[in-house]
Amino acid sequence: MSKGNDSRKHQNTANMKVVEGSYAVAHAVMCCRPDVISAYPITPQTHIVENLSQLVADGELDSEFLTVDSEFSALSVLIGSSACGARTYSSTTSQGLALMYEVLYNVSGMRLPIVMNVANRALGAPLNIWNDQQDSVGARDVGWLQIYVEDVQEAMDATLQAYKIAEDAEIRTPIMVCMDGFILTHVYEPVELLDKELAKEFLPAFKPAGILDPAHPKTFGAFADPSTYTEFRYQQFEAQQKALEKIELVAREFEETFGRNYGGLIDSYHADDAEVVLVTMGSVIGTIKDAIDAMRSEGKRVGLIKVRSYRPFPILALRKALKDASAIAVIEKDVSIGNEAGLVTDLKAAFYNSSIRIPIIGFTAGLGGRDITIKDIRKIVEKAEAARKGIKSEFEFLNLREEIL
Amino acid sequence: MEIKAGSLVDPCSTRKTLTGAWRTFVPVVDQEKCIKCSLCEIYCPEGCIHQEEGLFVPDLDYCKGCSVCAHECPRMCITMVLEEK
Amino acid sequence: MEKSLLAPGHRACAGCAMPTTIRLVLDAAGPNTIVVSPTSCLEVTTTPFPESAWCVPWIHSLFENAAAVASGVEVMLKRRHLDTNLVIIGGDGSTFDIGMGSNSGMFERGHKMLYVCYDNEAYMNTGVQRSGSTPFCVHTTTTPAGTQSLGNPRPKKDMPAIALAHRVPYVATASVAYPVDLRRKVKAALQVNGPSYIQVNAPCITGWTFEAGYMIELARLAVETGLWPLTEYVNGELVGVKKVRRPKPVEEYLKAQGRYKHLFKKTDGADMVKQIQAIADANIAKFKLVD
Repeated sequence: MSKGNDSRKHQNTANMKVVEGSYAVAHAVMCCRPDVISAYPITPQTHIVENLSQLVADGELDSEFLTVDSEFSALSVLIGSSACGARTYSSTTSQGLALMYEVLYNVSGMRLPIVMNVANRALGAPLNIWNDQQDSVGARDVGWLQIYVEDVQEAMDATLQAYKIAEDAEIRTPIMVCMDGFILTHVYEPVELLDKELAKEFLPAFKPAGILDPAHPKTFGAFADPSTYTEFRYQQFEAQQKALEKIELVAREFEETFGRNYGGLIDSYHADDAEVVLVTMGSVIGTIKDAIDAMRSEGKRVGLIKVRSYRPFPILALRKALKDASAIAVIEKDVSIGNEAGLVTDLKAAFYNSSIRIPIIGFTAGLGGRDITIKDIRKIVEKAEAARKGIKSEFEFLNLREEIL
Repeated sequence: MEIKAGSLVDPCSTRKTLTGAWRTFVPVVDQEKCIKCSLCEIYCPEGCIHQEEGLFVPDLDYCKGCSVCAHECPRMCITMVLEEK
Repeated sequence: MEKSLLAPGHRACAGCAMPTTIRLVLDAAGPNTIVVSPTSCLEVTTTPFPESAWCVPWIHSLFENAAAVASGVEVMLKRRHLDTNLVIIGGDGSTFDIGMGSNSGMFERGHKMLYVCYDNEAYMNTGVQRSGSTPFCVHTTTTPAGTQSLGNPRPKKDMPAIALAHRVPYVATASVAYPVDLRRKVKAALQVNGPSYIQVNAPCITGWTFEAGYMIELARLAVETGLWPLTEYVNGELVGVKKVRRPKPVEEYLKAQGRYKHLFKKTDGADMVKQIQAIADANIAKFKLVD
């Protein structure tokens, strides 16, 4: 885990370029050398795929690029390619991810290490193109690994790491690298672009387990009756348990090669001695870090734990990191209608059987792209402080506009 | 039986299951009348009629007794007989 | 015939036309073939884990994405400069209905592969429910004959026309009862440097209800009545039809199947039989099936 004021260490600031987030991701994909790219356009993912097709058109990326008829087909194409031994890539969001839902289960069940960026966006109805995380959090049970990034540099870095994790012979599980739509896809930030040669060293060629080959015929996708289905699921479950270690390992290897560390399963910011700890995923971390800096200068002991790997859920790492807090506030950009929200319920469940008895309150914020401000963070910290004397409200919609209800 | 990652299955492995146990009627070929046209082999859904030493013989391990061969034989030299077990 | 590339021991019904169709297609295509299938009777009966009847590489993903999965295979075969045949073998449920989007995309992108639809005219795998391929007046479990109903009220979807509209370079209809014709068409389709579509009439003993072993005769009758014309299109032009010397009345075909028997029990059934005869007559005229 990284420590200190800022987890990022740029070794060569002279090599930094100001680029659009989508461009940085496309650059990362180029460095990963996929054989087949197949994606269907949907705001705000469009710039990623547009950049990729330009790279292919200019001969900078040697990939087969398919313009498909739907997101369902987009991911299905990659199943066929991956079964032939291809390294593959796709990207989607929101409605597109929802449309692929059936295929998501199929990919993870067939143990194909497909990598996909999800440019997190709200799901309709009502139709909304702005950022929140309902799409990928809603898909947390489909068997894919999920990593949530906090800024553009990490979006790029995590995409490269994702292939290494997914393709590992013991893991063989597809992975979503989730980045907040518009906020990280359309923002221009200074980043250190990945070096192609270094990336090649870090991520060697893909070695598939078995492929469609007339010389060695195999059957993919047989049906499993009650006597064997459970064991298939168990193997996937086991692989995600192994991924807990692999994600940490790959983050360390990445730091050794590229000099940057955004955390493995989790990351922390001023959390070691914090009384109130905020827990969250994604780009709101930038705002929270600024808020924490301000509050620390006023003498408040506030900290942040970033959940980077949402699946597998890092139970032990979170217990260790949060055990000394006196109050925990979870902020997330999703809602589980009927029962609070994803991250807060997963977190409370992770603590229930441990000896940790710290008040945990949850906030759903930023739905449909509503801004989360430093003022909002301060408000949440105040509520967390108050919760130490007894929880008044376990779960809230932050900034609910009562006047329009 | 081992579950390999992604459930890859070996080819032609349904041969383990002897579907001959399904049948009620068994085809009997009158080899004298047979003109070796091979239509029985072509139409058989199981692919279990083959020419062995010049004679077309149904593989009773797999024959389900569907009687397509008997119906299609142009010389009507296949009869379906109730199988005694 | 070469050694079958579909092993016996699969769980298809006794007397099912689908495995015969597969064997004929694979015989024409040969062992240097990859097959993609959607969820279907075919998939369920040939691949019960840990067994598989397929002696060629085979992949199944979902019900509606065979064409997309095959597209992904095709780009990899091209990328590796491999001269491997790529064949989709799927049922009418997937081809005509739920897989339409995926099929349309594949046809439109022009991938090199052969799509064989074995058409038993309903969702057989799930218990004989109506599909877009179900012909007029057929009894299925979701268009049953009843006191208020004479079976499926809609005509059969013209899938070959849809393929032609996508400018698929080779489109043909075939039948399990005409194996030489089917094999020839498969070989011709595999020569095309683009998509091809062959729709094979495959009677289903469980869903259509007919006498055991009658499968081939019934498929032959479908052709001889004009209800299932055997056609061949190259680059959008009709280049061949199988002529019918003396067309048989549709009644002979309908009476042989349980799925039409309600037409012969109800008073307004006779009118429906006339309408079905009109469909056959229209085919005979359109394709000039009679000299």
